[in-house]
Amino acid sequence: MKFSGTDSYVATEDLNVAVNAAITLERPLLVKGEPGTGKTVLAHEIAKAISRPLITWHIKSTTKAQQGLYEYDAVSRLRDSQLGDARVQDVRNYIHKGKLWEAFTAPERPVLLIDEVDKADIEFPNDLLLELDRMEFYVYETRETVRAVNRPVVIITSNNEKELPDAFLRRCFFHYIRFPDRETMQQIVDVHFPGIQKELVREALNIFYDIRETPGLKKKPSTSELLDWLKLLMAEDLPADTLRTRDPKQLIPPLHGALLKNEQDVHLFERLAFIARRERGGN
Amino acid sequence: MFINFFLELRQAKVPASLREYLTLLEAMREGVADHRVEDFYFLSRACLVKDERNLDKFDRVFGKCFNGLEFLSEETTAEIPEEWLRKLAEKVLTEDEKKMIEALGGWEKLMETLKKRLEEQKSRHQGGSKWIGTAGTSPFGAYGYNPEGVRIGQDKSRNRRAVKVWDKREYRNLDDTVEIGTRNIKVALRRLRQFARDGAELELDLPDTIRSTANNAGYLDLKMVPERRNKVKVLLLFDIGGSMDDHIRVCEELFSAARSEFKHMEFFYFHNCLYEKLWKDNRRRHSEFLPTWDVLHKYGHDYKVIFVGDATMSPYEIVYPGGSVEHWNEEAGQAWLQRVTAIYPKVAWLNPVPEKYWEHTPSIQVIRQLMTDRMYPLTLGGLERAMRELSR
Ligand SMILES: Nc1ncnc2c1ncn2[C@@H]1O[C@H](COP(=O)(O)OP(=O)(O)O)[C@@H](O)[C@H]1O
Ligand SMILES: [Mg+2]
Repeated sequence: MKFSGTDSYVATEDLNVAVNAAITLERPLLVKGEPGTGKTVLAHEIAKAISRPLITWHIKSTTKAQQGLYEYDAVSRLRDSQLGDARVQDVRNYIHKGKLWEAFTAPERPVLLIDEVDKADIEFPNDLLLELDRMEFYVYETRETVRAVNRPVVIITSNNEKELPDAFLRRCFFHYIRFPDRETMQQIVDVHFPGIQKELVREALNIFYDIRETPGLKKKPSTSELLDWLKLLMAEDLPADTLRTRDPKQLIPPLHGALLKNEQDVHLFERLAFIARRERGGN
Repeated sequence: MFINFFLELRQAKVPASLREYLTLLEAMREGVADHRVEDFYFLSRACLVKDERNLDKFDRVFGKCFNGLEFLSEETTAEIPEEWLRKLAEKVLTEDEKKMIEALGGWEKLMETLKKRLEEQKSRHQGGSKWIGTAGTSPFGAYGYNPEGVRIGQDKSRNRRAVKVWDKREYRNLDDTVEIGTRNIKVALRRLRQFARDGAELELDLPDTIRSTANNAGYLDLKMVPERRNKVKVLLLFDIGGSMDDHIRVCEELFSAARSEFKHMEFFYFHNCLYEKLWKDNRRRHSEFLPTWDVLHKYGHDYKVIFVGDATMSPYEIVYPGGSVEHWNEEAGQAWLQRVTAIYPKVAWLNPVPEKYWEHTPSIQVIRQLMTDRMYPLTLGGLERAMRELSR
C-alpha cells in the first residue's frame, strides 16, 4: 500500500517518502508550498491511490479547533426547553459531530485533509495537539470518549501565512513542495493533457518560466495558471509558433490573462518585455 | 546510530528534538526508507526539518555526515568595483597621495594589496595597522575618516558619517532563530498583547450560560467572556545593513520574539531610511522588492507600525530627494515617513542607540520629530513605553 503518485498526480520521490512515512507511522503530514503547487489535490490523490474515503476540513480565519470535534447547539436546546419540546431531555440531540469525530469513527480508515491550517487563529494548532496525537477526545456533555477506531491518514496543508507552533510541528512529518522544475512541470502537464503537442508545451514553458522570473510581480503564475493557459491555447488551437515568433507590436503572449491575473502585473510585464526587446535590438 | 548526525544538526542550529529523532528511528524500523541513501535522506528530512528555512542547513549537515563533503561556509568574498574605486580615488586623492601610490607599485599593485587586505580583514575580525580604513598608515585609511568619503570593504562600520558607501555589503538576512536572551523582550511583547486584549469585546459564553441557567433552575443567567482571539496586527520595518551591523543582534532577538506574539505580523526591510521600496529577502533585495506604496495600501490603518533602526545617517538621507546612499530616490525619505505617520495612527520607532546619544546625532533628532516623539530605546523599559503608546 505504498504511495507513489497516481496517473493524474506527479509526486516527486521525496514527497512519496514523506507520504509513506505518514501512512505507516499514522502521524500527520504537514505540506507547505506556494499556492498552486498541488497541496490540496495531494490529499485527494492519496485517498484515491490507497482507495480510502476522503474527509475534508477546510479551515477559515474563524474556524475553531472545537468545531472539528463537535459543536453543542445550546441555542436550540434553550429554545426547545422554552417550548417544552421532549427532545430537550437528550443532550445528544444537540451535539453535532465535527470532521475529526467523523474521521475517527469512519467505518474504513479514511484520509483526513485539514486544508490551509495557517488561515486560523495562532492558537488553533495547539488546541488540536492532543486530539491529533492520541486521536481521541472527550465529550463533556455526554461524558463519552470518542476514540479513533482506525487512525486516519492526516494531511495538513499550509500556505505559510503564519508560523505554526513548535509543539505542533514536532508531531508532524513535514514536506515542503518546491516549485516544480521544468522537467517535473512537463510531467504534470502530461498527466493533465496526455497527447498535447510537444512543441506547444516547450514554447509555453519557456514563456511561463520567463514570466515567473519577472521581478516584482504581485502574484507569480503557478501550476494551476499554467494548466488553465494551456487549456485555452489548445481550445483556440493556436499553433506553437505563434508563441515563438511574436508580433513585435504584441509584447506579451496570447491569452496571457490566464497567467497574469492583475492589471499591474500585466503592465509591469509589458514594460519589461519592451525594454528587453529594445535591448536585443528590436527583434 | 545516527546520533552524531542528530547532534551535528543541533549544532548547526536546526532545531530538531529528541522526539523527532525517535520518530526517525521508528520510521527506519518500519522500513519506510528502504535502505537507499536517498530515501534515508528524504525520510530524515521529513522527520527532522519543520521549516523550509532550515532545509539548506540540513542539506549541508547531511552532506558533511554522510559523504564526507566539505562543510561550505556561507561567506562569500567581497567584490570591489575596481573601476569605480579607481575613478573616485583619483578625484579624492591629493597629488602627494598619488605619488605614494606610484611608490607602492601603481594601481594594479594597489588593487592586489587591497584585495589581500580585505581577505585578511575578514579572517581576523580585529583591528590592526594593515587594516583598510582604520588608520593613517594604510593608503586607504584616510577615506574612512573623511566625512565626504567612502568606506572600503569593512565588515563592521566604524565611521558612521560616510555619505556614500560602496562596500559590497553582505547583508545578513535576519533570521528568527535567536532564542537565548529573548525572554525579557517576550515578556514585554506579551504585555502588548495583554493591552490589546483589555480592550477586546465581550462575547456571550453560551455553554457557560446554559450551564448556569440550568443551575439557576431555568432562570436565564447570561455569562460573558472577553473575545479570545488575539487581534493585534503589526507591521515591522527593519533597517538592515550599514551602520546597523552593531545592533543587528539586538534586533534579531526582538524579531524572533515578535513572531509568535501576533495574529498578523508582517515584516519588511529597508536601509537607513524609508524610501519607495521595501523588501523581504535581503539577499534578493535588488530583484524582489515591493513598492512602499503597495505595502501602505495593503496593510490597513489598524496595523501598528514598528520601525527598528538606529536612525543614524547623514541628514541628507532623510530630507533631500536623491539623498539615499545607494540609489536615486525621487522623493525624500521624510516624505515616506510622513506618509506612514499619516496613514497609521499607531507608530513607534525603536532605536538600539542608547538614548543618551540621541541629542548628539542630528539624524536621530530629525526622525524623532517626524515620529512626533514616538522614538524609544531598544531596552525593556523602552519597549514597554512603546507598547503603551501603541495600545493607547
Ligand atoms: N504534482 C502535480 N501533479 C498533477 N497536478 C498538479 C500537481 N501540482 C499541481 N497540480 C495541479 O495544479 C492545480 C492546483 O493544485 P492545488 O492542490 O489546488 O494547489 P494548492 O492547494 O497547493 O494551492 C490543480 O489543478 C492540480 O491538479
Ligand atoms: Mg489548496
